[in-house]
Amino acid sequence: MASVTYDHVVKRYTADVTVVKDFNVEIKDKEFMVLVGPSGCGKSTALRMLAGLEAITEGQIRIGDRVVNNVAAKDRDIAMVFQSYALYPHMSVYDNMAFPLQMQRMPKSDIDKRVKNASRILGLDNFLKRKPRALSGGQRQRVALGRAIVRSPKVFLLDEPLSNLDAKLRGQTRIELQKLHRDLETTFIYVTHDQVEAMTMGDRIAIMNAGILQQVGTPGDIYDHPANLFVAGFIGSPTMNFVPVTTSDSTAKASGFEVKLPKSVPAGKGTLGFRPESVTDRISDQTGTLDMKVDVVERLGSDQFLYGQVGSDSVTARVDPKMKVEPGDTVHLGLDTRTLHLFDSQTEQALI
Amino acid sequence: MSVATATRQESLAVPFSPRWLAERLSGAVLHVVVIGLTVAWMVPAIGLLITSLRLPSDIANSGWWTALSPPFKFTVDNYSQMLQASNLGQGFFNSFMISIPAVIIPVTIAAFAAYAFSWMKFPGRDWIFLALVGLLAVPLQLTFIPVTTVFVKLGFTPDHLTAIGLPPFIPLWLAHAGYGLPFSIYLLANFFRALPSDLFESAEIDGAGMLTVFFRIVVPLSVPAIASLVIFQFLWVWNDLLVALIYVGGTPNVAPVTVSLVNLVGSYGQNYQLLTAAAFFSMIVPLVVFLSLQRYFVRGILAGSVKG
Repeated sequence: MASVTYDHVVKRYTADVTVVKDFNVEIKDKEFMVLVGPSGCGKSTALRMLAGLEAITEGQIRIGDRVVNNVAAKDRDIAMVFQSYALYPHMSVYDNMAFPLQMQRMPKSDIDKRVKNASRILGLDNFLKRKPRALSGGQRQRVALGRAIVRSPKVFLLDEPLSNLDAKLRGQTRIELQKLHRDLETTFIYVTHDQVEAMTMGDRIAIMNAGILQQVGTPGDIYDHPANLFVAGFIGSPTMNFVPVTTSDSTAKASGFEVKLPKSVPAGKGTLGFRPESVTDRISDQTGTLDMKVDVVERLGSDQFLYGQVGSDSVTARVDPKMKVEPGDTVHLGLDTRTLHLFDSQTEQALI
Repeated sequence: MSVATATRQESLAVPFSPRWLAERLSGAVLHVVVIGLTVAWMVPAIGLLITSLRLPSDIANSGWWTALSPPFKFTVDNYSQMLQASNLGQGFFNSFMISIPAVIIPVTIAAFAAYAFSWMKFPGRDWIFLALVGLLAVPLQLTFIPVTTVFVKLGFTPDHLTAIGLPPFIPLWLAHAGYGLPFSIYLLANFFRALPSDLFESAEIDGAGMLTVFFRIVVPLSVPAIASLVIFQFLWVWNDLLVALIYVGGTPNVAPVTVSLVNLVGSYGQNYQLLTAAAFFSMIVPLVVFLSLQRYFVRGILAGSVKG
């Protein structure tokens, strides 16, 4: 149990190739922190630097109060679950879990106790004698978790642990991991490219892009108040609508509609952002209106998404599933003005 | 996932459709080619076996294939004569004394070296590896005079070694180890390099040192590669005549079975029917080695390590 601090951390492979740039995050004790971003954004590198698998070019990483830059991986008191699980294929499940403890020269009886305890938590009791190849993907994944649990580390590192599971199992494991986090009361740092995993599991989320940390915050915070265009587009599914607008005072004029902004902004050009659920068939005094020519209708049972054109801009709307719409129709929809975002066209930073 | 891909994919084509015929036909062609190659490869060995079972007069007068039609006149005379006449017992003993260390030494060194070349970082690693692989191109014959000179200067001759109480096989062990190393390191390094890097990183975090990783992870996972290397090296040393003749000469107390075989013909003039019997006899050992190690050629030994 410990906090983790990234203090101006830089990872540079060559003079021109910098994969992590000035990375600053403070991860609290017992927190479930998710590092999320598209592939190649440096999130795995950030994790691997903490694990001790990559050298830190500049800056400091601290676990608790201890600077770990020059501490060997095995002495950092961390455990890591790899995307590929990295189980030792020639060892039984029991030996896989016992391996890190054997390396610490722990007495056999203690090892046995810990392995049995971990296998009970993970429901692996009946598989202890099996080799990894005789296990299903989900079971292997739990063995990998077990190998981390037995060490009772200060920090758990998980590098895309769910990406090799099928969709259904992924959903279950997501919930199990959250329970595990609660039971173990340990700091979890979880790397993923999947924003759904990030939103559902993280106490807080750190979003990275191109080696730069974009925003850190709770899932709700990031969803409602994205700091810039990238974050706004990355989080949420279907993605946020982005429409180029011209602003003057507190109105924004797009190609096909005009809305009142919640606060006044300097006149100029910008990108208006609004989530599909802000465009609905409900019209009130809180909404602006727009007319959308529908191209595609997606009925999900609980939701109905409309994809179409407003003026010359593509817009996605989320309407009542009961609403009768066919492709080709033009529908009159309301746009909730309280949830509008405006991004500077140059810096892409959020203005509202 | 692995279960689905592991089961053999059955043809989905409708019976007797063109696609079905094409699949059957390509299967048949493949079988014919494989069986044809196998037979072609085995013909000399079968010829040798049949010749060794024929009378010397028949060998001199007709080809071995004529013995396949009646009247059959097979005999084991050649074998009994060969066993009485030659010094084969000593030869076999010497061959083992040479082969076993000449396999263990280079394979052990190569495994350590290959591990270093594939998973440890040190300056000049790639250049040293390249130079080592380059040694594969050096012809054996080029080394005979310089190496013999060194051996003589160091006193590594059978007579001298026996005199000071050391095994007279030392020059052969060293020579075979040297000749075998470049290939051994190359083969094992390529195999080790293909092991998933996650395993090494995981072991590093788990607290395993270099040697632990080597003995508890790399070696157990590389049994198929090491087994094939052992077979290669054993066959090469067992069948070697040249290296043995050069470094220890024909001295009977050191000469391996190949040298004894050559001497059979030398001392019995045209009696080469003995040679056929002896050659076949000497093939038994490599066969046993191969058959006993082949069960280690298990495919999919890495299954279940990474990926779901």
